[in-house]
Amino acid sequence: MLKNYMTVNEVFGPLMFVEKVTDAKYDELVEIELSSGEVRRGKVLELHGDRVMVQVFEGTSGINVGETKVRFLGTSIELGVSEDMVGRVFNGFGIPLDKAQKVIPETKLDINGSPINPYSRDYPLDFIQTGISSIDGMNPLIRGQKLPLFSGAGLPHAEVAAQIVRQSKLLSGSDDFAVVFGAMGITFEEANYFISDFRKTGAIEKAVLFINLANDPAIERLATPRMALTTAEFLAFEKGMHVLVVLTDMTNYAEAMREVSAARKEVPGRRGYPGYMYTDLATIYERAGRINGKSGSITQIPILTMPEDDITHPIPDLTGYITEGQIILSRDLHRKGIYPPIDVLPSLSRLKDLGIGAGKTREDHADVLNQLYAGYARGKEARELAVILGEAALGALDKKYLQFADAYEGKFIAQGRDEERSIERTLDIGWELLSMLPEDELKRVRPENIKKYLKRGKAPAGQSEENRRK
Amino acid sequence: MIEGKVYRVAGPVVVAEEMKNAKMFDVALIGEMNLMGEIIGLKGERATIQVYEETGGVGIGDKVISAGHPLSVELAPGLLGAIYDGIQRPLDVLKSKVGDFIARGVTAPAIDRTKQWDFVPTAKVGDTVTGGDILGVVNETQIFQHKIMVPPGVAGKIIDITGGKAKVEDTIASIETPAGRKDLQMLQRWPVRVGRPFAEKMQPTIPMLTGQRVLDTFFPVAKGGTACVPGPFGSGKTVIQHQLSKWADTDVIIFVGCGERGNEIAAVLMEFPELKDPKTGRPLMERTILVANTSNMPFAAREASIYTGITMAEYYRDMGYNVALQADSTSRWAEALREISGRLEEMPGEEGYPAYLTSRLASFYERAGSVKVIGSEDRTGSLTLIGAVSPPGGDFSEPVTQGTLRTTKVFWALDAPLAYKRHFPAIHWLNSYSLYLDDVKEWWEKNVGWNWKLTRDSAMALLQKEAELEEIVRLVGVDALGDKDRFLLECTRSIREDFLYQNAYHDVDTYCSASKQYHMLRTIMDFHELGKKALEEGRGLNQILSLPCRREIVKLRFVEEARFEDVVKALGESMQHQFDNMGVV
Ligand SMILES: Nc1ncnc2c1ncn2[C@@H]1O[C@H](COP(=O)(O)OP(=O)(O)OP(=O)(O)O)[C@@H](O)[C@H]1O
Repeated sequence: MLKNYMTVNEVFGPLMFVEKVTDAKYDELVEIELSSGEVRRGKVLELHGDRVMVQVFEGTSGINVGETKVRFLGTSIELGVSEDMVGRVFNGFGIPLDKAQKVIPETKLDINGSPINPYSRDYPLDFIQTGISSIDGMNPLIRGQKLPLFSGAGLPHAEVAAQIVRQSKLLSGSDDFAVVFGAMGITFEEANYFISDFRKTGAIEKAVLFINLANDPAIERLATPRMALTTAEFLAFEKGMHVLVVLTDMTNYAEAMREVSAARKEVPGRRGYPGYMYTDLATIYERAGRINGKSGSITQIPILTMPEDDITHPIPDLTGYITEGQIILSRDLHRKGIYPPIDVLPSLSRLKDLGIGAGKTREDHADVLNQLYAGYARGKEARELAVILGEAALGALDKKYLQFADAYEGKFIAQGRDEERSIERTLDIGWELLSMLPEDELKRVRPENIKKYLKRGKAPAGQSEENRRK
Repeated sequence: MIEGKVYRVAGPVVVAEEMKNAKMFDVALIGEMNLMGEIIGLKGERATIQVYEETGGVGIGDKVISAGHPLSVELAPGLLGAIYDGIQRPLDVLKSKVGDFIARGVTAPAIDRTKQWDFVPTAKVGDTVTGGDILGVVNETQIFQHKIMVPPGVAGKIIDITGGKAKVEDTIASIETPAGRKDLQMLQRWPVRVGRPFAEKMQPTIPMLTGQRVLDTFFPVAKGGTACVPGPFGSGKTVIQHQLSKWADTDVIIFVGCGERGNEIAAVLMEFPELKDPKTGRPLMERTILVANTSNMPFAAREASIYTGITMAEYYRDMGYNVALQADSTSRWAEALREISGRLEEMPGEEGYPAYLTSRLASFYERAGSVKVIGSEDRTGSLTLIGAVSPPGGDFSEPVTQGTLRTTKVFWALDAPLAYKRHFPAIHWLNSYSLYLDDVKEWWEKNVGWNWKLTRDSAMALLQKEAELEEIVRLVGVDALGDKDRFLLECTRSIREDFLYQNAYHDVDTYCSASKQYHMLRTIMDFHELGKKALEEGRGLNQILSLPCRREIVKLRFVEEARFEDVVKALGESMQHQFDNMGVV
């Protein structure tokens, strides 16, 4: 029989302190029974003599000092997992939301998982074609990568993420795949956008959804991504599936973390976020990858909105230090009506170097990518100069670069929401654009590739209307 | 044995009571699982313990045992090519023991106890030896000679020494000491928090060549020196560290992945066994030791990982080798320090870091050096330390970057705008510095090019001038510049694009020998000098800029080392010829 403690002595924010406890363990699951009979969950955050600090997932309102019963369950927080979870919807704590029957677990797993032994990791090498040029061509996604979308309020990150989920495929053909979707504190509309898009394309049959909406308990969000990733690990490494995990919005997750930290009166790091945020986020993002000798994989696309579009804010900053690159959405491009508004210069895919090239995408891929970057960067500089000095003050070469930058945004970055470009098409557009520049300028391209791919006299003019917002 | 009980658990910090007589920095084992930790504070009979594994499931009253010895590493043949976690548990062995995910409470010896090594004595019975003296050698790899040394603090007369097959725990020699007979094994232990002793520190004068042009030519680090690489995310810290691990001309490389990505370790494990050391032709893995405590592994062990790494490095230094240690990233180490300090409820300093952050950083970097090692023989070794720093928001004014800059002598400043432009390595030439330039000048000018320093300095001066001119262009447009300045901008563009830019992923460009570096830069500077003269003599700017030799300069990066000498010589001649044809005298 579990002991019922009625010794709650302090409740503060999301925290509750219980006294005269003799058998609690650090990090274990706690059941809290309110006087109304309602049962909530918590976990042990700290033990100090016989005093226990508990973090309550569903909020502390209604918990009182005299009548609340507390039980320490003797296990960590676990999720019962099974292949039958595919196609189902759960709340942020792993309880089924749909009316169908309960999941009969094949096994129960600690949602904190364990770190993958770095020695066991298999380096990600397989290119995923998302059909989006600014990703495939410039910052390609590799199977087993963690590549976040850095967005801002009001930018179309949901559309971009949904398009990625819809169109992603390996060039070598299809495999057993699944989508795991974790929503933390997003609005009903946004969640619904994803769900109906998954429905439309049939992805829903292959998806496991964990939904914590904006009006759901905030502290529960701390568990949601761990629920999602525990499921993903099970499907990937036990069942051999290729799992794409979308987590949105990591900013809400981090805010929940800040709330708990503030209640614990911890010394805050930058902007009030706890000093351990890097490590905490790493225990989420590092649950991606491939393992030697196992056929499955986990590819993660976390989404976060940058407060005030500020990339130096601790949430995007620490994320960028952990993930293998980032895809950044730009408000400027969005205002210009360019979809997807991907800001390619500060975006990055760190795993691209070994995932592209002959036999994987095309031999000229790295050259085209480097040259497009250099050209676009120079064009944008010229554009800034032109703003200050007027276009007339630009040298002839800078004028060419300026035209190049415009054409690049209009033809390469911009594409339709349902437009799925093959990697060949993406690279060919790249060459068309490069042909606008004098050949001497193409220093990043190997001469062999210039000879083979550079078609002369086919320079496209400016920004084409048909590609603008459809 | 001291056995106490858990009194408090706050994440990786555990307080145990009834720990009378426990010693600071001794190892402690907690609970049924024997989770490993280190005593970092004592107050009355209570001991504060930093635990290197997750403490989930630990409860009040669980037993705590003090092991009676400090956290130490094992030193013996078998270190090279190994991969360890932050407290020297071999990750390959852990994998075979518990599978692909790291479990708690597992232990495995760092050094294989069953492997037989062929010990060849070089000392003989009757010799008087002291700490650091070499008893004999073992071929640790096909080409690497591991020297078996008398441990520091031990001295006496050899009364027995036997060659032949031996395991690391077998007695290979016995000596008579004032305290009686002492048996010596190949295996030594050394506490990680204490630097291994050396006889004397010397001023470093030999450059550590890395094959990276911007580093070797512009901001060199000396063997035995210290360098730091701060940069915002994605600016290229990891690639630089990997490039150094691949190409630095040291005998041993120790790479400490400290709170970084698992896949970066996987990349090393995938590439290093395939890549060949340019000096020896052997796989790079054979001269490398990896310490991998990735960001998702317990952060208390991350704090220990750099000490684990540096102690192994000092051990190889003591044999008389040149060793380089790279720590990626020291910011994650500092954060671990901050976390532990926070749980100890210490007074926080700047940005929550403990007040002793700077002194800890300084004493870590102080373990670098070019030294005369201990022992009766005259032997030198070096330990070069390179630390990556990950400043939040790329802001170099934060405490870890500032604390590091105060002690390191080379500053490789990574720059986000350069990285966005895909100018790699994104090391900013105006912000970076090296305080070893004068120390290594002699080596370069004796071995590579008599006017190395002059060439480097004048290239640097041009780059400085470029920055000023760009300021003018930004204000009034390029039309305001005369031909002389425009020509200068073309030359600096060539320095940037044809010399400083270096693609780590290109088969040839990834590594550039010292001599190739010198001649590449010399060629660009020769072009500048000839062109400047031509301009002064009234030749047109466009005429100079369209000389065919310019295209050849662009291609120099991609010329293989074997052909380079011929190519660059021919280019020098044709360049001279082209200017001659313009009638420049
Ligand atoms: N010398 C180089 N040549 C070619 N590409 C490079 C070079 N240096 C860096 N890059 C590119 O920049 C990317 C980012 O570099 P890197 O991973 O080293 O960043 P970082 O500074 O270590 O970031 P973090 O601190 O987040 O780990 C690499 O994936 C690679 O594509």
